[in-house]
Amino acid sequence: MLEVKDLQVSYGQSEVIGNLAFEVGRNETLAIMGRNGMGKTTLMKALMGILRSRKGSVKLDGKDLTKMESYQRVAAGLAFVPQGRMIFSALTVQENIETGLETADSKTIPDDIFALFPVLHEMRKRKGGNLSGGQQQQLAIARALVSEPKVLILDEPTEGIQPSVIKDIARVLNEIRKTREISILVSEQVLSFTLAIADRLLVIDKGRFIHENRRDQVDAEKIKQYLSV
Amino acid sequence: MGGYTFSELGSIFVMQGFSGLSLFCVYLLMALGLAIIFGQMGVINMAHGEFLTMGAYTTYFMSKLAVDHFPALVGIYFPFAIILGFLIAFGMGYLLEVLLIRHLYKRPLDTLLATWGVSLVLQQVFRSAFGAREVSATLPAWLLGSVKPTETIDIPLNGLFMMGLTLVLSLLVFIFLFRSRWGLKVRATTQNRVMSGGVGINTKKVDRMTFAVGCGIAGVAGAVFTTIASTGPTTGSLYIVDTFLVVVFGGAASLVGTVASAFSIAQAQSVLEFFLTSSIAKVLTLLTVITVIMARPEGLFTIRVRK
Ligand SMILES: Nc1ncnc2c1ncn2[C@@H]1O[C@H](COP(=O)(O)OP(=O)(O)OP(=O)(O)O)[C@@H](O)[C@H]1O
Ligand SMILES: [Mg+2]
Repeated sequence: MLEVKDLQVSYGQSEVIGNLAFEVGRNETLAIMGRNGMGKTTLMKALMGILRSRKGSVKLDGKDLTKMESYQRVAAGLAFVPQGRMIFSALTVQENIETGLETADSKTIPDDIFALFPVLHEMRKRKGGNLSGGQQQQLAIARALVSEPKVLILDEPTEGIQPSVIKDIARVLNEIRKTREISILVSEQVLSFTLAIADRLLVIDKGRFIHENRRDQVDAEKIKQYLSV
Repeated sequence: MGGYTFSELGSIFVMQGFSGLSLFCVYLLMALGLAIIFGQMGVINMAHGEFLTMGAYTTYFMSKLAVDHFPALVGIYFPFAIILGFLIAFGMGYLLEVLLIRHLYKRPLDTLLATWGVSLVLQQVFRSAFGAREVSATLPAWLLGSVKPTETIDIPLNGLFMMGLTLVLSLLVFIFLFRSRWGLKVRATTQNRVMSGGVGINTKKVDRMTFAVGCGIAGVAGAVFTTIASTGPTTGSLYIVDTFLVVVFGGAASLVGTVASAFSIAQAQSVLEFFLTSSIAKVLTLLTVITVIMARPEGLFTIRVRK
């Protein structure tokens, strides 16, 4: 589904992502794990066209996205839930979700979104900035989902969120993967969350993959070791 | 207050207040466009006044056309002049964005200089094309005359018309911004450009539209302006500094703030002007504005949410 080859991203002279290659299969959930500062966000931003890559290619369903701008990548089928959520704080919850409808056929929010996130329906008239962190995370996911993506990209969705809401988010991600048959690419540091959703996981370190495992063969101790230090 | 009786003073306040309202209308129409553009792309458009001038000249030529060739249309040309004024300013704004502004995003000082240059060039173009002399549009008969609610109060019809139009236009802008999909995109981009791209909004297209619409509103302001004053090559530039004051004072993020600030600045100037000289009135207004901005750097009105 999503095919990344030879990707290289730098800030000025400092190379942060070096020749990464990976693939997210159809209806697969792939997790990328790594400590702070190892390049997860940089990778996600490069996939979304927010950062320019120096080299390499990104393909979605055979279509080359490498030269496209962010909005074109969304139109092609990517959707992004950034680290720190980045909801529009002065827009209402409803308006926030509506911004995601740009590439959708209908410009009204489908009912199943509110079925997934009942709390957003209750709060739809409130300003996004006045929601709690967990509610904002759900809002950011809803905003991404309404564009009907083929691949949903989430950057550390559990950061700063309490365990019960983390469980909620895991449940929702599993549900949409089943009902919408989409692929999910997620970056994470919380192993229990990753194990609850991912089919496969990669460990990134200084912009390179150093470990790969399927969920059923995961060596939890080893991954914990990679994530600590 | 030397020599005025109480009822005379009352009338003076009403009439000066009313002339302040006309000024308020010009400020508001200019400031709306300027504020939307500034909010959307951080561009301070120094040439904004020239779009007002374009609208004013458009109206003048429509009236001349009507008077010279189609006398029967003198009574009805005005609404068409407003529409044409909008379209011309909109089109020129669009061109300016495509040819110049979009190459200068993220360089606020350069846009300031570049648009200032454009402003000077346009003024010279007006001067060469239409002459340095001020011209006045021939107003339809229904815009002349005044209403006299009391013996000493005299309220001109053209002023009332102008107010009505400003109200309608401001409402349209509000509806556009807060009820339309275009407005939603503008507000999203204003808040977070990168994320707006990340949810699928073509922010550059929104920029172009917004810039053109902001200029178009100034064009309408120009058409309306001809009902209260004559038009010259530098007409628009006379208002640009005051309009900046309005935008900064009101807080660039808030339209309500823009309205309130246009109102208070216009009223203060106009009422003070009657009792003091106009430069002292300006000084007093400026001092007040500076004091307020020192106390509230974000302007009078800000949207309060967690960041
Ligand atoms: N704008 C920038 N300019 C220069 N260097 C940057 C910039 N943004 C990030 N970096 C550097 O790139 C490296 C990777 O950062 P990145 O944000 O991708 O890490 P991350 O894996 O997402 O970390 P975290 O878990 O803390 O979110 C870090 O060393 C960081 O200092
Ligand atoms: Mg990160």
